[in-house]
Amino acid sequence: MTLDKARLVQMLRTMILIREFDERAIQLRLAGKIYGTVHPYVGQEAVAVGVSALLSVTDRVTSTHRGHGHCIAKGADIRRMMAELFGRVDGYCKGKGGSMHIADFAVGMLGANGIVGGGLPIACGAALAGQLEGKGAVTVCFFGDGAAAEGEFHESLNIASLWKLPIVFVCENNQYAANNPVGVQHPRVDIAAHAAPYDMPGVGVDGNDVLAVHAATADAVTRARRGDGPSLLECKTYRWHFHAMRAARPPETRPAEEIASWKAGDPIARLEQHMVGRALLSPDELRAIRDRVGAELDEAVAFAEASPFPDPKDLMADMFAR
Amino acid sequence: MREITFQKALEEAVAEEMRRDPRVITLGTDFTGDPIKEFGASRVRFTPISEAVLTGMGLGAAGCGVRPIVNWRMVTFSFVAMDQVVNQASKIRYMFGGQADFPVTYRCSTGGGIGLAAQHSQSPYSMWMHLAGLKIVLPSTPADAKGLLKSAIRDNNPVVSFECSRLATLTGPVPDGDHLVPLGVADVKRTGTDVTIVALAYYVQESLAVADELAREGVSIEVLDPRTLVPMDVETLRASVQKTGRVVIVDEAPATCSAAAEIAALMVEDPDTFRALKAPVRRVCAMPVPVPYSPPLEKAALPSRDDIRAAVHDVLKESV
Repeated sequence: MTLDKARLVQMLRTMILIREFDERAIQLRLAGKIYGTVHPYVGQEAVAVGVSALLSVTDRVTSTHRGHGHCIAKGADIRRMMAELFGRVDGYCKGKGGSMHIADFAVGMLGANGIVGGGLPIACGAALAGQLEGKGAVTVCFFGDGAAAEGEFHESLNIASLWKLPIVFVCENNQYAANNPVGVQHPRVDIAAHAAPYDMPGVGVDGNDVLAVHAATADAVTRARRGDGPSLLECKTYRWHFHAMRAARPPETRPAEEIASWKAGDPIARLEQHMVGRALLSPDELRAIRDRVGAELDEAVAFAEASPFPDPKDLMADMFAR
Repeated sequence: MREITFQKALEEAVAEEMRRDPRVITLGTDFTGDPIKEFGASRVRFTPISEAVLTGMGLGAAGCGVRPIVNWRMVTFSFVAMDQVVNQASKIRYMFGGQADFPVTYRCSTGGGIGLAAQHSQSPYSMWMHLAGLKIVLPSTPADAKGLLKSAIRDNNPVVSFECSRLATLTGPVPDGDHLVPLGVADVKRTGTDVTIVALAYYVQESLAVADELAREGVSIEVLDPRTLVPMDVETLRASVQKTGRVVIVDEAPATCSAAAEIAALMVEDPDTFRALKAPVRRVCAMPVPVPYSPPLEKAALPSRDDIRAAVHDVLKESV
């Protein structure tokens, strides 16, 4: 499928927004403006964007602790995301969730998750709902290479295949499960190979090539919408920053050459080059995109800072539904 | 009124709610009868033995407008799904700021006394009470079992229905029609004036039997069944204890950090109830040991009628 200029510009803009959102989040955390922990998605933008470009608002996704990119790609409002990081009432969770629990059910973003593998069963439930609705809604389950060592991963693939659930399992293999290299986590570093025993297609793809991610997802989404069941997609990518930070950046433990080589394959630069090569992007247009993203982030931060903190009298609100 | 078993009452609750609301589905590794015949294989799902995904699926589907009943069969199997219970189900609504409801019901058998040994004789409801975010029902009669399970299925929150193994074959009257018991309302199973017994599940029946015996000695026992552990109807419990001035709490879970411990604390930390007490609060609970298999050992591990009777005599004797 050849994507037209408007779609490519949209995808590029979203990738830049995701990157700059998390770069901003790191700065805000270092400045003590936000709290808790930040798991930056920088470097992995092609996965969230390449996958989500195939989804509509009635499709659903589940996310991980490294979830800001999935939220933005699925259409969440960065002002309300930022307000959540600031712990304010206008945040998606009214300040009760923070970075690891952002959700926007209105756009089918069923939540980030602080537990590795914890989102897979929930995604299967969303896919079951989609199957029962019978309107072709698909669920995408994002998870990392670390989650493939969890029991929940195997239980989920098994039942999804058994029931032909309309779900696409998207593994973002960013080469590290928390701080441990993928090679010490799995006897064979080929997450897509887990698909075969569960009788579903398994595809490994260059996760820094947004067009390749998009094409592979298109096949999997088509299959799911048709009622033919799940697929497993392994997107090989790399996180540029640390696993997680609190008040300070943790020291880098990965080899410098490894980081440099992955940065040379920057997914945003690759999409820009592709578009320049097809004469679909001028330097002026690129500058305009970057300027607009910067302005939107400024506005999001201003929105968050203007939003009040929650009132402690509302501590117990939202515990139980009526 | 017609009489049916506890087990049959639970089955009626599920069938009636599935008839009433097409969004209700049920997931489990096994079903009694042939529910697929009436409701079809898309709403009655035989599942692999995969408690974690089953528990999470119920939650995820509930967040998307389905009303799943997930049957763990035995509460002990739910421990395989601890992440989904502890990290997900009990927190999902609150941590997302209340933007979605999760109307999922988890069913499980609970308790010992039928020779199933250590793993399959547990009563861990206080572990789930501790989480905050799950509602918990624990019926003691066929009528309550049906009415509470129906309310649980209609509730818009994750609810765990603990269904006591020793009560499965108990027969009792169950009203015809749409019989509902609201969550969070305790029931006075017997009125009395000398001692309040707060009992759970099977031990409601045992305490009623002891109350009959003690009545012949001239001791008047009031038997209360909280029926719902979350939310707990603390007002009804306190009112009874304020009336009698004495309370014995009976349950088959070990006493440490138990529902019985919680109920005791709820009584003594309330000034009016504390002032009304004439004797120390007593708990009659299981011994702190994995429930053993051999009948004499199992019997020794779990509370008996003698234990309940002795505790009642103690609080009468210890009264100021």
